Amino acid sequence: MRRVAVIGVGQSKFGELWDSSFRDIVLSAGVEALEDAGLEGKELEAMYIGNMSGGRYLGQEHIAALIADYAGLAELNIPSTRVEAADASGGLALRQACMAVASGMHDIVIAAGAEKVTDVGSKAMEILASATDREWEVFTGATLASLYAMIARLHMREFGTKPEDLAMVSVKNHKNATLNPKAQFRREISLEVALNSPYVAEPLRLFDCAPLSDGAAAVILASEDIAKKYTDTPVYISACSQASDYIALHSRKDLLTMQAVVHAARQAYEQAGIEAKDVGVAEVHDSFTIAEILAYEDLGFAKKGEGAELIREGVTCLDGEIPVNPSGGLKACGHAVGATGIRQAVEITLQLRGEAGKRQVDAENGLALNVGGTGATATVTIFTR
Amino acid sequence: MLPRFWRKIKYRYDLVGTKCKNCGNSYYPPRNLCPVCRRKSDIAEMKFSGRGEVISYSVVHEAPEDLKAQKPYVVALIKLEEGPVITSQLVCDPENVRTGMRVKKAFRKYGEEGEAGIIYYGTKFVPDE
Amino acid sequence: MIGIVSYGTYIPRYRIKAEEIARIWGEDGDVISRGLGIIQKSVPSLDEDTATIAVEAAREAVQRVKIDTTKIGAVYVGSESHPYVVKPTATIVGEALGIGNEYFAADLEFACKAGTAGMQNCIAMAKAGVIEYGLAIGADTSQGAPGDPLEYSASAGGAAYLIGSKDVIAEVEAMYSFTSDTPDFWRKEGQPYPSHGGRFTGTPAYFRHVTSAAKLIMERTGLNASDFKYAVFHQPNGKFPARAAKMLGFSSEQIKQGLIVPYIGNTYSGSSLLGLAAVLDVVKPDERILLISFGSGAGSDAFVIRATKAIEDLERNPKVWDKIKGGVYIDYGLYLKFRRKIKVR
Repeated sequence: MRRVAVIGVGQSKFGELWDSSFRDIVLSAGVEALEDAGLEGKELEAMYIGNMSGGRYLGQEHIAALIADYAGLAELNIPSTRVEAADASGGLALRQACMAVASGMHDIVIAAGAEKVTDVGSKAMEILASATDREWEVFTGATLASLYAMIARLHMREFGTKPEDLAMVSVKNHKNATLNPKAQFRREISLEVALNSPYVAEPLRLFDCAPLSDGAAAVILASEDIAKKYTDTPVYISACSQASDYIALHSRKDLLTMQAVVHAARQAYEQAGIEAKDVGVAEVHDSFTIAEILAYEDLGFAKKGEGAELIREGVTCLDGEIPVNPSGGLKACGHAVGATGIRQAVEITLQLRGEAGKRQVDAENGLALNVGGTGATATVTIFTR
Repeated sequence: MLPRFWRKIKYRYDLVGTKCKNCGNSYYPPRNLCPVCRRKSDIAEMKFSGRGEVISYSVVHEAPEDLKAQKPYVVALIKLEEGPVITSQLVCDPENVRTGMRVKKAFRKYGEEGEAGIIYYGTKFVPDE
Repeated sequence: MIGIVSYGTYIPRYRIKAEEIARIWGEDGDVISRGLGIIQKSVPSLDEDTATIAVEAAREAVQRVKIDTTKIGAVYVGSESHPYVVKPTATIVGEALGIGNEYFAADLEFACKAGTAGMQNCIAMAKAGVIEYGLAIGADTSQGAPGDPLEYSASAGGAAYLIGSKDVIAEVEAMYSFTSDTPDFWRKEGQPYPSHGGRFTGTPAYFRHVTSAAKLIMERTGLNASDFKYAVFHQPNGKFPARAAKMLGFSSEQIKQGLIVPYIGNTYSGSSLLGLAAVLDVVKPDERILLISFGSGAGSDAFVIRATKAIEDLERNPKVWDKIKGGVYIDYGLYLKFRRKIKVR
């Protein structure tokens, strides 16, 4: 297997992008990545797209060809492939691209993730809920928030995690986002505001839930030898693993452990030859604040049940030992569903290159965790300088 | 979505699930392949008693369009006495729900396909103590 | 011996007081309550309808005797508020109970007596040996137009009766019907609320049919009012059954146990059958019950029922009166929402 490097990254602004169409958003991320890599475009040999639900958000399928077309690549006739794993679609696209380069099949490929959710108005959340079991969860009136809320309630009961702990995750991520020009919410919030926001699904409140956003992100990957021709600061992908679990929360033996995350992380650490403590910066899937606490535990940053201590002690703050979600995370940077996994890769690359501006942290290794639904799919990617 | 609902009527109107005769595990919602035994699965239908216990729950305030009139409503993870954990609506005042509460099945309406469409009936739970 | 093998009931838990309805329409709640003999009525929740009430009542009936449900050969659901105008409620009950596919089924409508009509069918079929068990259900989520006097009484509930010849807890000794074409109350296709003839619903409709049916069945069986421990009449309000009882020579003691309308309102097809269930909850072997239903349009079904020894072995808890007691009061606003009288997009 060849070593794979990130040679270019790009991302659109995240948020309610009323003026931009799906095509506009993807294009802005793609062009930024090409410019960043110093490519003209024709060097690309293949394209991988993470997109959860073009069909329901846009009434548009055949997303891969559409994106290749509007990215100006139609006449290159390169293979373009869309992959889907709900809000882990981006993570899957990254992994497909990685495998394509590592295997020697392609030398330079682009992986993108994109979603345009605001055109369907209030239906957006219901569409995201199809990330869970439509027949046996959604049918009963369970929303994605309510499923995470049940995890949160159990976590509180089993381990003494408090609503304040969850709120602190939100406060931290909002604070980080003020330093990210691409973020959706660039405004600090107080603990009081978070704790007094209306309930979405008890015990989760508005500020425990990531928004649904429009957005796109792209990374260009190349084999190590080719990467050196294009950049002096290649960031290497030392592992990119993926795992799955029961689709429905109720089927899982341990409701407080995302086995997909545990398995993907274990494989990734092994492949990268590092341990959890070697991770210097991480972007994790905080679709709900409780998910970030679970991520601390399932990624091995904390023991099971002790995740909340990391946020209480500031370990995961920007100036902490393992800064988590320096971009603002899904909560404050925005959650553009299929784009999220790629956006996380962009952030980690910028951090490892030293190009993260005011939110720059010091790290050798970075990790990105992308989760689909309530944990039925997880991808863990480890980046290194 | 009419055939899709119709197909599962038996399993929704009552707690009809499956059991693997090879390992003894029971499944609701029904599975046609046992995740423990896989190829060695020996699946048969099984009716659950309908009694169980609340493991966790959430009071839903931000509801899907079709359920807005019913909010706030309670969604719960219920451990059936035969073993499986299921997601269901719990017909109970939000302030009276608690973890560990004993519950039993109830036949209720879940929704309908618009005003002129078919009605989705199914199993919910009610307090049993 | 043909008769009742088991029975089950269901009453939604929400209640609205007559006084609360009167408040909205600028009427005196006390006067209304006293005039109708109704203090409050049951209200179905948004996720309850005639089908859910029918299933829950039927499940209770079946559970009490733990019979193999595939032995049930007929399901008749009587209601004037079937969830579908076209498409049976009986099949929903059949599927929810796991009856299989080999059973006779139909929805019946005869205003408030469709449930007892179903009972007649089952009794006849059991007697003919066509079925081993039959399920007759009377259930309704009845409608009263806002501001109409019916709004004080039209409520929701139901009862299910398992009819058969084995382990009969109450023998049906005789049955009889008195029928005429008397349009006292009706609802035409496409109309959301029923219309009625006001005071015309009394003498020519309710009283004529109820008393005629009662007198004729007593005449035929050679029984007098004093031969019955209990009498249950259809109860559109608290006053009518009391007056009918008096006209027929029954005491208030004989009708008290089965007179549930003051606390849950008129459950239409469920009304007399819920009253009968309240009586079966306490009846002792060999005690006789007179049951007279009434359906507008009009007709009355009469039954002479006698409890057997087997009734003592039947699990009769929870009792109807227990279910009547446990209620949650709602205001008129919530009532409108629960009854879907407010259009929600």
